[in-house]
Amino acid sequence: MTALAERVRWAPRLATGPAAGTWIALGLVVLLAAAIVTARGGDYLTQANLLNMLSRTTALGIVAVGQTIAILAGSLDLSVAYLIGLTSLIAAEVMAGDPAMIVPGVLAVLAASALVGLVNGLVITKLQVNAFIATLGVGLVIKGILESRYEGPAGSVPVLFQRLGYDRIGPIPVAVLLMLAVAGAAALFLHRTRAGHHVYAVGGNVEVARLSGVPTTRTTVLAHVICSLCAGVAGLYLASRLGAGAPYVGTDGGYDLESIAAVVLGGTVLAGGRGGVSGTVAGVLLLAVLDNLFDQLVLDAFFKASCAAP
Amino acid sequence: MTLAMAGISKSFLGVGVLHDVDLDVRAGEVHALVGENGAGKSTLLKVLSGVHQPDAGTIAIDGEERTFANPRHAQDAGVAIIHQEFTLLPERTVAQNVFLGREPVRRGLVDTVAMEHATAALLAEIGETGFGPDAVVRRLSVAQQQVVEIVKALATDARIVAMDEPTAALAEHEVALLTDLVRRLTARGIAVLYVSHRMPEIFALADRITVLKDGARVTTLTAAELEPPTLVRLMVGRPLSAYYPPRATEFGDVRLEVRGGTAPAISGIDLTVRAGEVVGVAGLQGAGRTELLRAIFGADPFTAGDVLLDGRPVRLSSPRRAIAAGVAMVTEDRKAEGLALAQSVRENALLVLHAVFRRRARVGAARTRDLLATVGLRSAGEDQEVRFLSGGNQQKVVLAKWLAADPRVLLLDEPTRGIDVGAKAAVHELVREQAEAGMAVLMVCSELPELIGMSDRICVLHEGRLAGELPAGASEEDVMALATGHGVPHVEVPR
Ligand SMILES: Nc1ncnc2c1ncn2[C@@H]1O[C@H](COP(=O)(O)OP(=O)(O)OP(=O)(O)O)[C@@H](O)[C@H]1O
Ligand SMILES: [Mg+2]
Repeated sequence: MTALAERVRWAPRLATGPAAGTWIALGLVVLLAAAIVTARGGDYLTQANLLNMLSRTTALGIVAVGQTIAILAGSLDLSVAYLIGLTSLIAAEVMAGDPAMIVPGVLAVLAASALVGLVNGLVITKLQVNAFIATLGVGLVIKGILESRYEGPAGSVPVLFQRLGYDRIGPIPVAVLLMLAVAGAAALFLHRTRAGHHVYAVGGNVEVARLSGVPTTRTTVLAHVICSLCAGVAGLYLASRLGAGAPYVGTDGGYDLESIAAVVLGGTVLAGGRGGVSGTVAGVLLLAVLDNLFDQLVLDAFFKASCAAP
Repeated sequence: MTLAMAGISKSFLGVGVLHDVDLDVRAGEVHALVGENGAGKSTLLKVLSGVHQPDAGTIAIDGEERTFANPRHAQDAGVAIIHQEFTLLPERTVAQNVFLGREPVRRGLVDTVAMEHATAALLAEIGETGFGPDAVVRRLSVAQQQVVEIVKALATDARIVAMDEPTAALAEHEVALLTDLVRRLTARGIAVLYVSHRMPEIFALADRITVLKDGARVTTLTAAELEPPTLVRLMVGRPLSAYYPPRATEFGDVRLEVRGGTAPAISGIDLTVRAGEVVGVAGLQGAGRTELLRAIFGADPFTAGDVLLDGRPVRLSSPRRAIAAGVAMVTEDRKAEGLALAQSVRENALLVLHAVFRRRARVGAARTRDLLATVGLRSAGEDQEVRFLSGGNQQKVVLAKWLAADPRVLLLDEPTRGIDVGAKAAVHELVREQAEAGMAVLMVCSELPELIGMSDRICVLHEGRLAGELPAGASEEDVMALATGHGVPHVEVPR
């Protein structure tokens, strides 16, 4: 029995799960990128470049972790991009540059996102609306609010709060730690809580879950609440980067489709029930590395072109 | 613990399915529930387990009346059910499945170690050593999955276990393991409600038998008072001949020939089926029976070897080609491979015709209707979605769908799984009729008496190879000897 316990504890689940492929692909792409950039006389693996990539990844990473949970539950969330814009504005307007209002601002954002997640979940489960339509609809409602009330950036976040976006502990940005904390919490939720197990069950087969006594409605709603909360946290992070709230920061960043892309790249099945957070983190990093590589190459070509021109 | 259901009625959208059914099960007893496809057996079990709520009637446990608004309530009251369709999550581990919905929690977190220990203990208790609690269910065989279903029921500490056709997907020797297991449950004082279409195990296990017909209880008798033919008459409402339709006396030319057929799970298979002949394929689970059929059908094509149809070599590299060449296959797993569940009976029955033989679709529609009537389909109409049909009636739709294409070669993988005795006889007659009209039939069936009764010749597979051929009327012992790879009695097959 102790041997069994041992095996359970140390089983290298990471290495065999669907995420393994994505991590390997990530390693290969990083090597490839380094090779290409070095061959062209650049230096790819500089701390500056890596940090640049990491912080650009933070917001997408946080959203994608939430999206993973929605997708694992057999659903998906297309409202995240609009919600990010909305929450960045809520944060900036509630805080209004006053450090004393940071906590109320954060709480207001979390409450608003939880509410949106609740609506998403209830429309899907109680009204039996397809998740695609339901979350797109909710997203469009948020878009309407944003369009009617804002024309551009509004509010301001205090300098203290901006440190979330810019500070580092040693070489590592605080925000990256935030993303890792969110990912870790999500992984803990999925693997070590009952609700997390139920997310896999509902996504794997709702009928099986129901027959096994799993509260399916509650599980789907919870998955959506968590997904929206993650989008809210991303909104907070972006507000701290920008110093203000911006209605289109979410949609301009393409967080809805990109987060889904990262989840699927990470080996989570779009139909639900199989996959996990680790793969999503790899997927997000993979997207970031590719993006960064293309940026460098394009910049390079642009540079050469402008040098060649007399 | 005793269970008493009284006056249970249930209808779906105004169509009555159960009418005033009484049923009681005592501690330590096996109470068998039998009846034709669509009689309402599964529905009654679903009422008992809180999946459906009865329109009328009461459920009492130890004399105390209970209502189950959902499956969880029934579980908490000590009722566990093993459903006709698998209720496992293929992507999750055995332990995660066993404790689904009831994961043990310590300090707010799921205690995965305790979960795996408890599962390991339960597996050991029922003598399962083939897999552990951390095995992923998708990788288990059908029989092993059935064991997981049972362990899942046991893990709830159930005192009343209802099993809906638990052996439908099992091979003969696995059935023996399961009946043993059921006896061990009753020895522990558990009350078992047992649904099955297989007569031998009903009489081997049951203390009492209740017959359901058209949603109403016909009678409840002790098993000792009953003989199989009497029971069949009670179920079907008419006596049924215990014999299989007469075998063919003469055959046509060779219709299907496989030479040196090799695929991942099978190697070097040589096989012929003549027009008018029904050839049975026997073998244990994993011997490569399904793989052989799937290879011929082009679903997982042969990697080496030749297939000849009516003497001409053909390359059946996809099911579409095979169908166009006149090959049809009734697959083993109707839910996953045989039916579009959300579509109507008509759409399903005409699927092959529409997909491959457009021009025959019109004529086919009438023929399909005849076929559905022949196999005795019970549905609310051709527009009913297939997923609302009872398990056995779904199987009938699959059969009709393939026969409608008028194939030259018919591959049958467990064609009578889950269908009632009456319908079984109808299917046997239908297959014989088709053969007489010149079709070549290759049939896999795990119920040996049925396979022997139907076949003009039996090919026995052992670990992916042809272990031998037996003539019509071979004994079960001969077949098993070849199938287990023991003492190969070489019997010349007269041609
Ligand atoms: N959810 C549902 N909606 C509508 N009709 C249903 C539903 N469930 C079952 N039925 C109908 O109830 C009848 C009884 O079905 P049930 O599954 O109980 O039969 P059964 O006795 O288990 O048959 P089998 O031996 O084929 O498994 C069938 O005619 C079926 O079409
Ligand atoms: Mg049934």
